[in-house]
Amino acid sequence: MPKLPLEGIRVLDITVVWAGPYCTQFLGDLGAEVIRIESLNTFVPLGRGPMAHPTEETLREMSPWTGGTPDRQPGARAWNRYPIFNAHARNKLGMTLDFLRPGGMDIFKRLLKISDVLVENNPTETMERLGISYQLLQGQNPGIIMLRMPAYGNDGAYQNHRAYGLHIEGVIGHTLQRGYADMDPSANTSVLMSDAAAGTQGAFAVMAALHHRKRTGRGQLIELSQAENTMSFLGQSFMDHSMNGRNAATLGNRHPYAVQGCYPCKGEDRWATITIFDDNDWTAFKQALGNPDWCREEKFSDSISRYHYHDDLDRHIGEWTQRFDSYEVMQLLQNVGIAAGPVMDQRDAYADPHLNQREFFEVVHQEDTGTHVYPGIAYKMSETPIKTRRGPVRLGEDNEYVYKTLLNCTDEEYSELEAQGHIGMDYPEEIP
Amino acid sequence: MPDLALGDVKVLDLTNLVAGPYCTKLLADYGADVIKVEIPGLGDGARRLGPFPGDMPHREKSGLFLHLNTNKQSITLDLQTEAAGIVIRELIREADILVESFRPGTMAQLGMAYESLRSINPTLVMTSISNFGQTGPYRDYRLTDVMVYGMGGEMYSTGIAEREPVKLGVNVLLYQAGATASVATMGALFAARDQGIGQHVDVSIMETQAGSIDRRMSTLIGFQYTGEITGRNPHGSGAGYPFGATPCSDGYFEVSAGRGYFPRAVSMLGSPAELDDPKWYAPGAQMDMELKQEFDTMLMIWSLERTKSEAWAIAQESRVLSAPLNTMGDLAVDPEFNRRGAFVEIEHPVAGTLKYPARPFIMNDCPWSIRRPAPLLGEHNSEVLSRLGYRAEDVVRLRQQGVI
Repeated sequence: MPKLPLEGIRVLDITVVWAGPYCTQFLGDLGAEVIRIESLNTFVPLGRGPMAHPTEETLREMSPWTGGTPDRQPGARAWNRYPIFNAHARNKLGMTLDFLRPGGMDIFKRLLKISDVLVENNPTETMERLGISYQLLQGQNPGIIMLRMPAYGNDGAYQNHRAYGLHIEGVIGHTLQRGYADMDPSANTSVLMSDAAAGTQGAFAVMAALHHRKRTGRGQLIELSQAENTMSFLGQSFMDHSMNGRNAATLGNRHPYAVQGCYPCKGEDRWATITIFDDNDWTAFKQALGNPDWCREEKFSDSISRYHYHDDLDRHIGEWTQRFDSYEVMQLLQNVGIAAGPVMDQRDAYADPHLNQREFFEVVHQEDTGTHVYPGIAYKMSETPIKTRRGPVRLGEDNEYVYKTLLNCTDEEYSELEAQGHIGMDYPEEIP
Repeated sequence: MPDLALGDVKVLDLTNLVAGPYCTKLLADYGADVIKVEIPGLGDGARRLGPFPGDMPHREKSGLFLHLNTNKQSITLDLQTEAAGIVIRELIREADILVESFRPGTMAQLGMAYESLRSINPTLVMTSISNFGQTGPYRDYRLTDVMVYGMGGEMYSTGIAEREPVKLGVNVLLYQAGATASVATMGALFAARDQGIGQHVDVSIMETQAGSIDRRMSTLIGFQYTGEITGRNPHGSGAGYPFGATPCSDGYFEVSAGRGYFPRAVSMLGSPAELDDPKWYAPGAQMDMELKQEFDTMLMIWSLERTKSEAWAIAQESRVLSAPLNTMGDLAVDPEFNRRGAFVEIEHPVAGTLKYPARPFIMNDCPWSIRRPAPLLGEHNSEVLSRLGYRAEDVVRLRQQGVI
């Protein structure tokens, strides 16, 4: 039986919110032993969830994707039950340690000695205040790899600027290139595209450094500015500015030259997207619709004219799509070779025949949440299949293993660290 | 010779357009030796997509292609021919990684099903990037970037309740798919080098969104836990203020300082007397739509007197989560990003010297570098073939036969 690709690699994870934890989840999926270090005495907003000790009333007000705990109940430990955290917490171990309390940094140094990688994504000044730097790490372990993922950079004027992914996307120009073309950006939704980019490429960066270390024996510091990391994704618009001085604006759901849109379907809030590229597509599309009279209008006769009369065409297409379910629209059009698909809500995704046939979802158990069906791994490997080996990590659930087995703490030391507020599985009641 | 992170990795690149080439760009930019195989006379489809200087199409001047293919070599091969099959097998024998983005089934039609390649190179990593993956009922369906977000990602809850769902900008999701493929490919490379295991990696672009941290995994889990759907909110709604874009003298500025962060927003506005009123701090104040409107008006009066970068600097003094909504032009001249080296000028023999986005991350021990600009179509035919032992007259013959 082959080993998982990163088996034998130990990663210390002091990341917060989304980008960092998503990065270490990739590494954990591939077999690294990821040890997530959290403090019992600080509850990072949007980290483990909206609140440590919510009442049932406050929980009910939260969006399903952030605060939607099972059956909207806080349970004994709400912080292990939030979707916003449990989406990036599989295949990791959990320990608690407070860097700010006496003894905290000593434990951290002992961990550094036996680890290969440290990942963090905090504001630069937070790491400086804690005294955590690459020099500190190398002092304990010369071959260690450190991945830092600041919002903008670890130096310069923006190094401590506060940002979520949504702000980073504003700075690098994505926000003005998405959203409705006929509305101002106040109608834009907060998306986490740059968190996804940072987490993914952060994992790639760590593996590139591990690969290099195998050859040279040397570790290194990697600085991934989340802003700079995502600029590449906008390369097409950036190059248009370099070449033509143009500032790309949002096209809404439209395509630069094809006919494209998101059209209403039968039922409440049901939608399908369709793209019609060229004359071949158009001929097939007309046939799928049964060649209605409006298709023969002169203004729809060639692709340039169709693009020019896009609004008129959209009205006709929308009238047709409303007669069908969004999945029927996909089937009717894909059967004749047209790009079309439903906009899937979450129920659709769980019921989707394609995702299910490819076994995308996995049944996973976690003690404080129960047994549920979770989204799985975004790629398939034939010889080292990647699966959820362990459900969303609970706060401090592997303290015994880390402190006693890895760090050889005696029972006495362990109890002392518990008394000092380093070790535990519960946030104190004072934290709201 | 600089010490490149992936300097000892050889990649054969049979990809096209955006997702596949972005995956191999990451490998190439961090040091891998990438040979890109293109269709003779036609090349990668991205060569026909813009932007082009002055909007004049030219296969060596596509901004999209130039950006996605830095540090790669290009050879042209008509894979339908027997002679090309011989060349490609020789390249596969020496490769660590093959990345392809054909429609599922095409590799088998070309005689390159993974199982058959394994006999040539038992530790080969083959990464296939396709719309919906190599299996499943949608396998042969077409896909566009708006569909990626609609079917795989979180389009359903993106936008406002009064309108249709709306996609993300340009083709960012295809880059995310390429980046995800690069992670899986690196994982497979580890198994190949450490354990001598070759394998086939199947990347479905749809699943790179279904498994994305851009809210989709959370909304799925939220539905699983509660049975509740995450949808789009009405325009201007949502708990907590200030939140969202507000106009400035030269564009827009975005702030998130609701709920617990509200005092930071008050400080950003210079703590005016009106905001001393206890009504702003009463329980429920953050959910009160009239108060929200009153505050948003004060904010707008403040922001309209400032440029977006002035507003950003002041907001950050009060540690307000915030951002200017920059254009590409704003970004390209930003002094900080320019000083840090976020952009690079690359000289290309046909397209000239242009400014490109540079490294996504800085590896302090093995610097990112542009060793060569995006290749001309078939630029490295002679070089690669002569390395494989073909003589000059063989290359002429292959060219005459239309193989290269």
